Amino acid sequence: MVDRQAVITGIGVTSSAGTGTEEFWKTLLEGGACLTANSIFDPAGFPCRAAGQIEGLSARKVVPKSYRKAVKVMARDIEVAVVAADLAFKDAGIVTRADAEKEMSIPPGRLGCNVGAGLICCELDELGQAAKTSVTNGKFDLGTWGHSGMNNLTPLWLLKYLPNMLSCHVTIIHGAEGPSNCITCGATSGILSVAESARWIARDAADAAVAGGAEAKLTPLGVLRQSLLGRLATDSNDRPESACRPFDATHSGTVMGEGGGLLIVENAERAKSRGAKIYAEIAGFGAACDPGGINVTEPNCGSLDLAVSKAVTDAGLTPGDIDLIVTQGTGVPGEDRLESEAWEKVFGDAICDIPAMAITGTTGSLFAGQSGVTLAAGVLAMWNQTIPPTVNFNTPHDGCRLSLASEPRERNIKYAVIAAFSVGGQSAACVLKRCES
Amino acid sequence: MNRKRVVITGMGTINPLGHDVQTTWTGLLEGKSGLSKTEIFDASTFPSTFSAQVKDFNLADHVEDADKHRHAGRHCTFAIAAAVQAWKQSGLGRYDKLDRDRLGIYLGSGEGSLDFDNFISLVVDAWNEDDTLNAVEWGRLGFERMDMHREIEQESHMVVAHLAAEFGARGPAFNVLTACAASTQALGEAACMIRRGEADAIISGGAHSMIHPLGLMGFNRLTALSVKNDEIATASRPFDATRDGFVLGEGASILILEDYDKVIERGASDKILAEIIGYGSSADAFRITDQDPSGDGATAAMRAALSDAKMDIAQIDYVSAHGTATVQNDQVETLAMKQVFGPKTTVPISSVKSMLGHLIAAAGATELITCVMAIRDQILPPTTNLNTPDPDCDLDYIPNKSRKASVTTCMSNSMGFGGQNNTLIITACGT
Repeated sequence: MVDRQAVITGIGVTSSAGTGTEEFWKTLLEGGACLTANSIFDPAGFPCRAAGQIEGLSARKVVPKSYRKAVKVMARDIEVAVVAADLAFKDAGIVTRADAEKEMSIPPGRLGCNVGAGLICCELDELGQAAKTSVTNGKFDLGTWGHSGMNNLTPLWLLKYLPNMLSCHVTIIHGAEGPSNCITCGATSGILSVAESARWIARDAADAAVAGGAEAKLTPLGVLRQSLLGRLATDSNDRPESACRPFDATHSGTVMGEGGGLLIVENAERAKSRGAKIYAEIAGFGAACDPGGINVTEPNCGSLDLAVSKAVTDAGLTPGDIDLIVTQGTGVPGEDRLESEAWEKVFGDAICDIPAMAITGTTGSLFAGQSGVTLAAGVLAMWNQTIPPTVNFNTPHDGCRLSLASEPRERNIKYAVIAAFSVGGQSAACVLKRCES
Repeated sequence: MNRKRVVITGMGTINPLGHDVQTTWTGLLEGKSGLSKTEIFDASTFPSTFSAQVKDFNLADHVEDADKHRHAGRHCTFAIAAAVQAWKQSGLGRYDKLDRDRLGIYLGSGEGSLDFDNFISLVVDAWNEDDTLNAVEWGRLGFERMDMHREIEQESHMVVAHLAAEFGARGPAFNVLTACAASTQALGEAACMIRRGEADAIISGGAHSMIHPLGLMGFNRLTALSVKNDEIATASRPFDATRDGFVLGEGASILILEDYDKVIERGASDKILAEIIGYGSSADAFRITDQDPSGDGATAAMRAALSDAKMDIAQIDYVSAHGTATVQNDQVETLAMKQVFGPKTTVPISSVKSMLGHLIAAAGATELITCVMAIRDQILPPTTNLNTPDPDCDLDYIPNKSRKASVTTCMSNSMGFGGQNNTLIITACGT
């Protein structure tokens, strides 16, 4: 059995750094400061008020007319995924069922879908409207709720919040009837989804798949949870644009962002035969975890060095072959320290010479959307042979030897490694190879 | 690249019928019901007042250091206990050459239960007179009242973290949540990772508990649940004409998957329970609210699994159905079965959900364990509460009584809300 090679032929990205490949890349290259004061709700009750918001997000604008009604049962996370998927297919030049006028470019059963998701937060305004009907003397009464109160919620309420609904809506809109998964593994979800989809291609279970991750935790419940965890930057509410400072000596925490990064992963032969734009080849993958990740109050990067080493080896390379390191760079001091150590463990002294980058200064931390978006950034850096600046990075923190820069750098990049880690101690890495055209 | 063989060497389960595999299996063969009035919270005014609950469970009875897992959510404690059973059976804990960098975890675990009382009173107390949430008050009060661990542990991949801690795993770690198909999918993708040589052993399966006020409410609002409040023990009626929905259950089932060559290398061929030979995944791509009535999605998953196993339908001795007991599922699944196996097929099929209820993300792994036991004991579990024939469901569902049979190869189906379908095929392992 010979493995079939998988390549990336489309990028769909939406985040505070912009929607669509062009806008996203331009923002990254210009070092755009995209974190703002949270305007989704009044964040005054929370210690961190900065946010990476997607402006003007609307799934309604991109779904077929016949599917507009379904937007009503989409949590914001789902909208992010639906928008990113639409962009990805268009970028790849793949005709899907979304275009009723034309025939699909890929047989439905050969098109897979693998959209990573997180714990979706329910909308409290909606729930509260229903809950107040079950309040007696200022207290919520479960008995009233059971026989009548809950009837004030839409019958489809649950379907808004199931994480697999990101994938399911995408499969319905685009007619993707092939393998279908929903990885829920925090920030590693995007890389795990893309790598798993490449395996589907390798074993010929699909010709192409839309893969990556999306999440939108900027809700009162989501922000409360992350605030309780204590990873957020609380010292920069008066200058939100510089609140997330990955690997910088002044880093003080991360900022929550919304984001979706979906890629079209396609059989290389098929992509070539249809004359597709081939961004990169998926050359290697590695994943790992750390038994210490159970202690969520302690920083942990999930044995990231092991994931990166496995990915490099899987690509048939040695660390010396790598030309670009795309970090996660949460900006949480303990995590930045562990992450830079992990990279150094793999690359040794060469860590000072291999260019590295982080996008979190622009986008914030994107949870399940994180590594799909960083993958997109890494692919675009290779494609443009330019490494975008790491925003809000000026002076490396003590012990950080990563070669980050606050200016763009033009470089010849043949191989890039992109990695991510989750709260809970999982990590994943992917090696991409530039395709010679 | 040669495809490696993948075998099952350990199994564990915590579910409404038992806290181990043998008790569960005996209960299923006897046709016992795991259903009862909901006691986790007061559901007496809900449309469905009953569920399939795990009873009398205490993590400390299953692990040496329960304190290490003191923050684990309800479903996570089930997963830890099930995993400890599976681990012990596999003998991996006593194998000192086990490479923990190549010990993976691939789960289909659900989200943790909401801290409901605290949460809903916070919503009520932070409610504005103009009928909106006062986010500032919500934040202020939330800090005072909500427990950090209880909130963060709801992320579904935290179950992975607990198992990694318990067994010192450092290999690939995944969690998937394709609704009711999650643990079947996890097992299938985990098997594929071992086939490719990406891990020597993977702890796989699933865990879930949606028996909390919002979970029950969510399914009740969808009218997906049985409301036979006066006939609780027999309320779950897959393929029966009087079926009216599924019964919400909870639990966890974990299997240890290993590279066959590594099992032989460690001299543990006696630990092999069965071999995973086929996996297929598909999407209905139809509607989020309904299954595709054509059955094409489920058909595609079954066919993909058969093709992956390089098997013919004649080789399948038993099919463990998804069989939720919703009107639509059982009819569509029957149709799909006929499409794959032929309109007059006599292949025996049963739904243990008639006794266990629907363990949602944990359902598939639990059902796969019953397939392994069917191969071991050469007996098939029944579909209980099947007394009134439905013209749309006219296959051999092994009604009400377990049945002796020659069983070498089994298929197990799972179909998730939203249209994600997964099928596994296992067979007795010829060593």
